[in-house]
Amino acid sequence: MAQALLEMRNIDKVFPGVKALSNVDFTLHAGEIHSLMGENGAGKSTLVKVLTGVYPRDGGTVRLNGEEINPRTPKEAQECGISTVYQEVNLCTNLTVAENIFIGREPKKYGLIDWKEINRRSKELLKKLSVDIDVTKSLDHYPVAIQQMVAIARAVDVDAKILILDEPTSSLDEGETARLFKIVRQLQQRGMGIIFISHFLEQIYEICDHITILRNGELVGAYEVAKLPRLELIAKMVGKDLNDVKDMDKMAEKSVPHEEVFIEADHVASFGQIADVALQLHRGEVMGFAGLLGSGRTETAEMMFGLKPVTGGSMKIKGKEAGLRHPMDAMKAKIAFCPEDRKLAGIIGDLTVRENIILALQALDGMFRHIPYDKQVELADKFIDRLKIKVSDREQLIKNLSGGNQQKVIIARWLAANPELLILDEPTRGIDVGTKTEIQKMAVELAKSQGMAVVFISSEMDEMVRTCSKLIVMRDRKKVAELTGNDISSEGVMRAIAGGDN
Amino acid sequence: MNKNLANIIASKYFSFFVTVILFVALYGIGIAMYNGFMKPQVFFNLFVDNAALLIVTVGITFCLLIGGIDLSVGAVLALVCMVLAWLLTNTGIPVFLAVLIVLIMGTVFGAVQGYIITKFDLQPFIITLAGMFFCRGLTAVISQETITITNPTFVALADTRIPVGSGFISVGVVIALLTILVAAIVLGFTKFGRTIYAIGGNESSAALMGLPVFRTKVCVYTISGFCSSLGGIAYALMMLTGYNLHGLGMEMDAIASSVIGGTLLTGGVGFIPGALFGVLIQGVILTFINFQGTLSAWWTKIVIGGLLCVFIIMQAFITEQKSKLTAKSSMDEANSGKSDS
Amino acid sequence: MEKWKSFTSSSLFLPVVALAVLVIFNAIFVDGFFSIQITEDGRLFGRIIDILNRSSSLIILSLGMTLVIATSGIDISVGAVVAISAAVVCTLIGGRGDGVAETPMFLAILAAVGIGVLCGLWNGLLVAKFKIQAVVATLILMTAGRGIAQLMTEGQIITVYYKPFAYISGVIPGMPLPTNIFIALAMVLLVVIVMKKTSIGLFVQSVGINATAAKHVGINVTMVLFLVYAFSGFCAGVSGLIESSFIRAADANNAGLNMEMDAILAVALGGTLLSGGKFYLGGSVIGAITIQTLTTTMYAMGISADQLPVVKAIAVIIICLIQSNKARELFEKWKGNRNDSASVTTKVKAVE
Repeated sequence: MAQALLEMRNIDKVFPGVKALSNVDFTLHAGEIHSLMGENGAGKSTLVKVLTGVYPRDGGTVRLNGEEINPRTPKEAQECGISTVYQEVNLCTNLTVAENIFIGREPKKYGLIDWKEINRRSKELLKKLSVDIDVTKSLDHYPVAIQQMVAIARAVDVDAKILILDEPTSSLDEGETARLFKIVRQLQQRGMGIIFISHFLEQIYEICDHITILRNGELVGAYEVAKLPRLELIAKMVGKDLNDVKDMDKMAEKSVPHEEVFIEADHVASFGQIADVALQLHRGEVMGFAGLLGSGRTETAEMMFGLKPVTGGSMKIKGKEAGLRHPMDAMKAKIAFCPEDRKLAGIIGDLTVRENIILALQALDGMFRHIPYDKQVELADKFIDRLKIKVSDREQLIKNLSGGNQQKVIIARWLAANPELLILDEPTRGIDVGTKTEIQKMAVELAKSQGMAVVFISSEMDEMVRTCSKLIVMRDRKKVAELTGNDISSEGVMRAIAGGDN
Repeated sequence: MNKNLANIIASKYFSFFVTVILFVALYGIGIAMYNGFMKPQVFFNLFVDNAALLIVTVGITFCLLIGGIDLSVGAVLALVCMVLAWLLTNTGIPVFLAVLIVLIMGTVFGAVQGYIITKFDLQPFIITLAGMFFCRGLTAVISQETITITNPTFVALADTRIPVGSGFISVGVVIALLTILVAAIVLGFTKFGRTIYAIGGNESSAALMGLPVFRTKVCVYTISGFCSSLGGIAYALMMLTGYNLHGLGMEMDAIASSVIGGTLLTGGVGFIPGALFGVLIQGVILTFINFQGTLSAWWTKIVIGGLLCVFIIMQAFITEQKSKLTAKSSMDEANSGKSDS
Repeated sequence: MEKWKSFTSSSLFLPVVALAVLVIFNAIFVDGFFSIQITEDGRLFGRIIDILNRSSSLIILSLGMTLVIATSGIDISVGAVVAISAAVVCTLIGGRGDGVAETPMFLAILAAVGIGVLCGLWNGLLVAKFKIQAVVATLILMTAGRGIAQLMTEGQIITVYYKPFAYISGVIPGMPLPTNIFIALAMVLLVVIVMKKTSIGLFVQSVGINATAAKHVGINVTMVLFLVYAFSGFCAGVSGLIESSFIRAADANNAGLNMEMDAILAVALGGTLLSGGKFYLGGSVIGAITIQTLTTTMYAMGISADQLPVVKAIAVIIICLIQSNKARELFEKWKGNRNDSASVTTKVKAVE
């Protein structure tokens, strides 16, 4: 085989207390689309950041076209020909489209920036990617999909040899993804090496040639896509035997919904967020919201928690108009919500586990009805015990816990408030497999034993298939299907997401 | 119709247009109320009286653009006036050397503030607030009394009148206008200038795009220090004194001018001509209070504070409009995409 | 050793040590620093009492400032609010030479404190409702506030001859200590009890650490911010009473001048991070006393009030650097490098 474009050998990276990468090899050839796979925390993004100079590496070598390189900043990596498009579009939305493409390397005339040239060249560049927009408008005029294209335009124009796409499709719809793939294939034909990171298995199998799998910061292996069945891939990612994975599919029996309806939405809409959703959630029911990121599943959940206003249709709780304007209104209606972004909206990092657990209950009681310290301790201990939260003691700061335990504390916080509806938005994201299963089981268990209504949102299809008794499938901020009973299968969901006309 | 209006409001120049219209309207009212307003010199005096503020505003606009703030500007200005007066009174050094010394002093001070803020990742307002107290204190250490500048060259410079039409402007105005011109070019047409906007828009993005964030941030505070000291020289040319309380509260005047001229306090949006009109509006208000005669000078601060409030609240309103508009346009797009397929 | 370690890492370490250093310095250089005498009518008298007396208004201010900073905000308008409150109380009581009050004193006091709360509410409105950065929002009142105070006093210094007014910061006959020390004590007690008996402290910290998460658990963030700024205004109002009573006059230019810096310094010295979150009221109180001791010491060394800010500004920057994670990281790295190079040199020597 010809010489590899990129060779990373024996890469080590240590963060205080954690070995993030140990002895990892990675090889990329020109004209290849190579996927980097692994569970959250496996070391994918660390490897990418080492390559792009965001983190310095602690050991190993990186060779580009046979020559050793050592980029220390993203800029140096770019100069070597390594460009990255990150998951959250990393551009400046206050600048124009053209400027975003050229900033840092603007063409000049008489020592000053030549705006005409910039606008002309950006227009051309975007046309090549079949995007035809006004490049002199600021970036925030355009939807995320276009912003992503702009980011790619910027990345490929710097004469990149290697293009890293880190979860580029997470906020794109199908058509946009198809367009992106067309561009990626074009770039592949130009002989560029492309590293493609995505959690959508379908897409990996559609576009990639090779897969390198990481687990716990170690290399599992590099495989040809055609020769690696999906189940085997998943088994390698989670580090379990194939049979174990199959076992996981046959989890505990699902919960059977009660007669009583807890919350009912009749063609609700929220301006600019949700177009049309109708659903009926019974007590004792675990309902899943399926759909891609940006399909409106999180927004629907937020609407049920009073974080997004209802601007159309009606939402009823136990038959009465809900009128939720504030999370507190929802909490008084016995609704609880574990948000998607644990760090940003969930944990209060510098408070102790105890304080984090009692916080929702305390907010519900009001600031003048202080929960006595003894009662706080009792509550905290009860939930630490019940959810098997691993802490050194209840006064440990929550920010020092692992992701899975932080998530458990957030769930404990809401259970302490005795909710009748528990909304779990991506409760298993970025946590280890063991805890994942625990949380899934817990969701079903709560519905079964306490008759709690549960909303479960996850981007991992099989997780939803295993836990939910009813699935609401969403696309483009609308409900497109409702699956129950035996219709609930990965295939069924995907078909619904893809739309009837395919 | 409604959509057009919304579009206009969401435009990044909206606040600038409001400012220009407000300025013209205020001036119109002035002409209608007082005969004196008709004189061209009244207009020129807006510049003459506010030359120092113009220069300081330029500096603070740089800081606001990266999402920072510099509260030390007024105090640096006072320190510069004081040191300049002290040098010209107590040493025999030529004027240009004294000016050079204070310019370097202010610039270095700004650079040190910028370095501390950026290197140690500290909040700019705390450090520059400390800087403000430091400079005020230092001014008092040099002298607690007013020092009058009697140096003939400097006084001659201060008295120089440059005729324009039937009126005149001062040397300070020329410096101010030059500063504005240079700043506008730097912000609009150089890599450094555009990097400032990028950092204000999204600092981590700017870093990931390979822009020199650290250097640029330190430079911005350095520029602010330089502008404050240049403003100090213009102020000294006008007052011919060094005094502990010179430029008291000027940081708010400068921030107000910048914000009134369309600079977003969250960074990333703003431009120099707007800041110019921001200063002019304050000048007109001052002129009103002067012409009125019975109003106490204390009203100026209150009115400017009120004006700053109004414009910040307007900004909040605009930002809200804008996000609504983007949400709507992407909705429209989604819907139209549906009907196409 | 263990105990020593837990003491050095405690939040009170810095203010206590700073205070101790200052006290030792004073004990050596100032005669009779510790001596407290009792006058015939039972009044206590001495340097330390004097410092406590002078620090009372700063203690009160720093209570409010602590809570504001804990929500990751700041209130730089407190000095101006002190001036406004002083102006209100003095103009209401009036400067009549015959020592008769134009308005009953308790009404005047109520009005002054009320105006303080009003100022705080205004700040709260800008910060909580209009989402303006706290520095800028309070900067408006910081500069415009003195203008307002000037307008009230019509640019004059109003001297109050009404006797009882002096009691606010003086000794009521028969009492051992000046009233303002009791006021400060009462305020501290009030805040401590409120923090113990309600969850306001927990909510304030939650908002300061992670406002989004606080909103998600149903905490009314707007209300918390409103309360905190209003309380800061209240504290400034009370301080204004004490400050004006000290000089028995309202001086719009100088009342509460530079006090915002002192209050911020006291809070930072007390161990509360300027970026918000966990707060330490006890630390702030000790911090305030430390600052006042510093001020008194500096005055004793012949440094004027105008020049003092130089020292305090440097102190603020040093405390900021101590608090900064980045600075700590850099220091560790530097120490690590030094150790590395040290071990390298020893190795080299061994080879030789």
